Amino acid sequence: MPAVTLIEAVTMALAYELEHDSNVVLLGEDIGVNGGVFRATAGLQQRFGKDRVIDTPLAESMIAGLSVGMSTQGMKPVAEIQFLGFIFSALDQLFTQAARMRNRTRGRLSCPMVVRAPYGGGIHAPEHHSESTEALYAHIPGLKVVIPSNPSRAYGLLLAAIRDPDPVIFLEPKRVYRLVKHEVEDNGEAYPLETCFVDREGTDITLISWGAMMHETLQAADELAKEGISAEVIDVATVAPLDVQTLVESVAKTGRALIVQEAPKSGAIGSEIAAELSEKAIMHLLAPIGRVSGYDTVMPYYKLEKKYMPSVQRIVSKAKELMEYV
Amino acid sequence: MTQPITEDTVLKTVAKFEVKYLQYLDEDGKPLGKKLPSFAKDTELLRKLYTDMARVRAFDAKAYALQRTGKLGTYPASLGQEAIGVGYGSVMRKEDVLVPYYRSTAGLMQHGVTMAEILTYWGGDERGSDFKYAREDLPIAVPIATQCLNAAGVATAFKLRGQARVAVTEIGEGGTSKGDFYEAINVAGVWRLPVLFVVNNNQWAISVPSEIQTAAETYAQKAIAAGIHCLQVDGNDILAVREAAEQALERARRGEGATLLECISYRLCDHTTADDASRYRTEEEVKQGWRREPMRRLRKYLESLNAWSDADEETMNKTIAEEVEAAVQEYLSMPAPKATDMLDYLYAELPEKLREQRDELARGE
Ligand SMILES: Cc1ncc(C[n+]2csc(CCOP(=O)(O)OP(=O)(O)O)c2C)c(N)n1
Repeated sequence: MPAVTLIEAVTMALAYELEHDSNVVLLGEDIGVNGGVFRATAGLQQRFGKDRVIDTPLAESMIAGLSVGMSTQGMKPVAEIQFLGFIFSALDQLFTQAARMRNRTRGRLSCPMVVRAPYGGGIHAPEHHSESTEALYAHIPGLKVVIPSNPSRAYGLLLAAIRDPDPVIFLEPKRVYRLVKHEVEDNGEAYPLETCFVDREGTDITLISWGAMMHETLQAADELAKEGISAEVIDVATVAPLDVQTLVESVAKTGRALIVQEAPKSGAIGSEIAAELSEKAIMHLLAPIGRVSGYDTVMPYYKLEKKYMPSVQRIVSKAKELMEYV
Repeated sequence: MTQPITEDTVLKTVAKFEVKYLQYLDEDGKPLGKKLPSFAKDTELLRKLYTDMARVRAFDAKAYALQRTGKLGTYPASLGQEAIGVGYGSVMRKEDVLVPYYRSTAGLMQHGVTMAEILTYWGGDERGSDFKYAREDLPIAVPIATQCLNAAGVATAFKLRGQARVAVTEIGEGGTSKGDFYEAINVAGVWRLPVLFVVNNNQWAISVPSEIQTAAETYAQKAIAAGIHCLQVDGNDILAVREAAEQALERARRGEGATLLECISYRLCDHTTADDASRYRTEEEVKQGWRREPMRRLRKYLESLNAWSDADEETMNKTIAEEVEAAVQEYLSMPAPKATDMLDYLYAELPEKLREQRDELARGE
């Protein structure tokens, strides 16, 4: 089994599906000869040809709108938006067409398409390259929003996203693209969507996160362990629709919940998780539900981005604060 | 002081363009030249085209009446623009895909969508988009111009699969101001996509006239920048619309790429049942519009061929009235949709998270 980075796992999954399903086509800006600006599609055009790995004109709404049309024909377009910060002109197509196609035609047509985009901060990128806007898409009924946190999850979840009969927004935490390596077998096995992963079992507090923040969250759990606090760590992975049950079960066991997210605090996935837990697990709670979050502001340019993003330290101290409730 | 940059010094012309205009019949149905399209002698076909325009007109009138009596939601009629949808729709094949906008009633009906389905849709019921015949046609697009890109996507699928099929889409002239329209014609040009863009130029985008929409002389010429074929046609002359659309479809099927047809017409009705066009248009302008409308024109031509009579008109009207009435009855007698439908069709499978909400709907809370 090769040890691969998250970006290599993405390439592996794309290649696997291109190989095994002739309906799958990739499209986007610079994804052909160049293999994408992060090289997610490196080598794929050479291997599968220009009709399967398509360089498009530079127009994001077009990439999304074209994918809608193609997917109504039973093709499975996997579109790359070069950076998530440039998806906004495509939202019209995603929200008004892709998300609703199945519902409005009572199941006659659907959009089995995937939109992939690198997102999140931490790599000293220019303006508009570092935001975490996952809650925007999660708010739209009919879309699924999937965020892998590590290489094996990127492989398994991307396969699932491409095979899913509904439109999926697949957000790749670019800070993690080359951060870690995992042994990933290229066996075509998908992971389930809509299922949280319990990455570490614990009894005192549940730490809930997704995407790049999983790395700080897991480190925080290590730190907490040193102080005798047993943290359960959950990777939400599919932020919409949420697997509420796994979260509730964990909190029922630990009695405490701390949500860690890079996105701005208000109106976010963290807010939704907190609301679900307060509806379904309040009787188990020994402390208020905690959130360690980005701030409700414009993602700062990179001189301040470290100050913006939740750190291991912030997570640990918030967790300890929650532990003080008896 | 700057000096004018002139031809004789440094300038040379690198490209020149022109836009052609197609019209066969004048406003009184008289042929403008000797050369009519071959089908112009096929009186059976012409009678059908005339009847199909009448069907759309009668359907629209009924839809208006239903809206006024609270039995239908907001409805956009096509009064005076029937030749456009009947024209392009009459040359589409079943396997072609129509990507309609909200004013494509005529095109939808030509492509086999039933009157009852159209009423169901405007009656606020998603089942109206579950077309029984044209299963691959996209549902009506309400956001302006999104349909152009979706049509380009459908055409991309045809092209990648090597199918001789065409995607046809329609858009108002106001809609051509939007990015999605430009993005669609651009990619259709670059990839030589089998797609026909029909611009329904009815002069008005709600209350905004053409002068506010574009500084270009024609809407057709927008195709020139995209490198695709274009033609401006008299959209009230069904011979012109049909012929131009047929040639565009043939060209697309031969792999020669996309076409933009600007069909010049005039909206004789309000924008929708929620609009009052008298606030922004003069009576005189509307009166002028009536002189050019497509049905009168084709009828005069048919009469000149001795292919239409008052008796034909009477029979036709009676048949159509019955057809419309039957559709209305079908629509009105549909059982109400189930509340749970709103969740059951959202995803292929109901996500666990929505089960509670579905149960709540099922309990009728
Ligand atoms: C994106 C978007 N903006 C605004 C509207 C509201 N709206 C509906 S129809 C219309 C005018 C469209 O005019 P035109 O494109 O010329 O088409 P017509 O209705 O005249 O056929 C507007 C502004 C809309 N449906 N979608």
